[in-house]
Amino acid sequence: MSQNLSIPSWLVWVFVGGLVGFIVLGILSVKRSNGIKRSFFASPYTLWMVLFTVVPVLLIAYYSFTDTTGAFTLDNFKNFWDSNYSVNQIYAQMGPQYSVLIQPGTVNIDILVYSLWMALLCTAICLALGYPAAYFMADREIKLGSTLVVLFIIPMWMNFLLRTVAWMTLLEDQGLINTLLKTLGFHSAQLMYNDGAVLLGMVYNFLPFMVFPIYTSLTKMDGKLLEAAQDLGANRLHTFWRVTAPLSIPGVISGITMVFMPSVTTFFIPRILGGGNTMMFGDLIENRFLTEGNWNVGSALSLIMMVLILISLSILRKADPEGEGGGIV
Amino acid sequence: MVEKEHLIDLQHIYKDFDGTTVLEDINLYIRKKEFVTLLGPSGCGKTTTLRIIGGFEYPTSGTLLFEGKNIVDFPPYKRKVNTIFQKYALFPHLNVYDNIAFGLKIAKMSHDEIKHRVEKMLELVNMQGYGKRGVDQLSGGQQQRVAIARALVNEPQVLLLDEPLGALDLKLRKDMQLELKRMQQALGITFLYVTHDQEEALTMSDTVVVMRDGRILQIGDPKSVYDEPANAFVADFIGESNIMRGTMVHDELVRFSGFDFPCVDSGFGEDQPVDVVVRPEDIMIVGEDIGQISGLVQSVLFKGVHYEMMIDVGETAFKVHSTVMQPQGSRVGINIVPYNIHIMKPMLITESEGGDEEE
Repeated sequence: MSQNLSIPSWLVWVFVGGLVGFIVLGILSVKRSNGIKRSFFASPYTLWMVLFTVVPVLLIAYYSFTDTTGAFTLDNFKNFWDSNYSVNQIYAQMGPQYSVLIQPGTVNIDILVYSLWMALLCTAICLALGYPAAYFMADREIKLGSTLVVLFIIPMWMNFLLRTVAWMTLLEDQGLINTLLKTLGFHSAQLMYNDGAVLLGMVYNFLPFMVFPIYTSLTKMDGKLLEAAQDLGANRLHTFWRVTAPLSIPGVISGITMVFMPSVTTFFIPRILGGGNTMMFGDLIENRFLTEGNWNVGSALSLIMMVLILISLSILRKADPEGEGGGIV
Repeated sequence: MVEKEHLIDLQHIYKDFDGTTVLEDINLYIRKKEFVTLLGPSGCGKTTTLRIIGGFEYPTSGTLLFEGKNIVDFPPYKRKVNTIFQKYALFPHLNVYDNIAFGLKIAKMSHDEIKHRVEKMLELVNMQGYGKRGVDQLSGGQQQRVAIARALVNEPQVLLLDEPLGALDLKLRKDMQLELKRMQQALGITFLYVTHDQEEALTMSDTVVVMRDGRILQIGDPKSVYDEPANAFVADFIGESNIMRGTMVHDELVRFSGFDFPCVDSGFGEDQPVDVVVRPEDIMIVGEDIGQISGLVQSVLFKGVHYEMMIDVGETAFKVHSTVMQPQGSRVGINIVPYNIHIMKPMLITESEGGDEEE
């Protein structure tokens, strides 16, 4: 895998050139305006973006279309249809005596569809749970609202892995819930190692990302609008559907984006709560990079996922053309 | 024009907010087709009174009758009133047409009927052809018109207006005052208007209700409120005035600023303390020798239509409005016609600014 680490020379030059140009431009802008231009203050962020977002994306694109020698190839993407494609190629090169080892692998598209399906379910559940929660929290007449906000934030102080592992102690066969069930005279239930447990872990981890954008869009709303609607004859239900709901759409879209994106790329939760019975696309990518050390195939799979996410985001963007959802889209 | 029949009756309305009394024993009736203005400084309870009628606040105690029926517990959407809010509260996600049609759609009116009514309203407020515009593309004055149309299209019996012209510039405000009055008369709808602008109140209203610290100080038509203020606060709040402590020497003779003036009031008793109000435009400047009293012109300010002069008469200084300027430092005579001297029982509540709980 060492040859994979050799970054192509043209990328190095692009990187260095960009950095130099950036610094020169910064100095020029200071000199010309006899002071510091406002845009100059954005430079640490821009630098960060270039270093850790733009360059890695370019690298992923580069690896996706090259083989281990750096030559152009589309074979990496063939692994998407046949997970054993690369391995089989190697066996084929090693000679006919190895041909017995050649066998078709699983179709990665199944894993992708499964991941998308799980992400969709997770997003839908988060929306169904998160909207009422946000609505409740944003209600000015409910004094508990601000307390609830804090209660929602506190679990987020804990590490995401820790939070997921914590569920194990609740759900496992000798876990808290099963012990309780047995004490009460019920049969213990298989709570872990299934889709439900994975979904539970995902919803638990991503729910705050749904609640807070909606909460923000609801609290930002002018309370006078609700009074105006009631004044014009709208009861509570009418007011909600005709005023509150449409005005909270930017928050909903932002929430959907912020839940759907990490959901599709989830990789740790299925292994912990799904017990390896289920695999999501994120696990697959992690597997290619870390277990197999095949950066080229891993990059190709990442690229496919990125394109899919971009497509879904652009669809969402159509629903929120003004980007009021906080500019994440 | 104004009918005798009471449309709204407020009886002994009290309102507390977290232990603070904001309305104290409000009694007020509003007749059909009447233009009533609640006037007072901020924090006087005028907006709270309006919101109680609109259904956005519930009184701590008291009765609110609408056509003789107690509606105090009715939610806003069950009341036959519509409100124009201070900052209009137009729906930002709807265009002008849909904003105006909002109430009609909820009333499940037919599409054609809605279209017909909205078009008619757009015409009434002079906004034909603006239906497709977004409300944030409109100027303040245009938003104001849409807010009026959105309320009036529902043909309410009463229109509540909460300082609707506050955000407009002076010229536009004057135009809208006349336009609102015109609409009110043309449509025959009862208007309940809230403002802190006394000129606006005097220009538009059939009845002015002066409020302060959660209480009603005076109810009357604009002329009587201006000419016969119930107390020194009303006199001071409505128009400019010279307010002085005085003594009623006996019937039809009052002493203030160290001089005795004949007046037309009686029944206060002898040597009783009173408040005396004289409007600046009611003080006549004459030759030094022929005035009731004489004084020294302290300062002269040009105010456009008239000059405002402070004339020192020894114990106090009078504020005088006149179209003829007297040079600063000159001595002049002053006459006050008896019926222009307004005498009131001294106020029990002393001069103090009302709190700001309301806004």
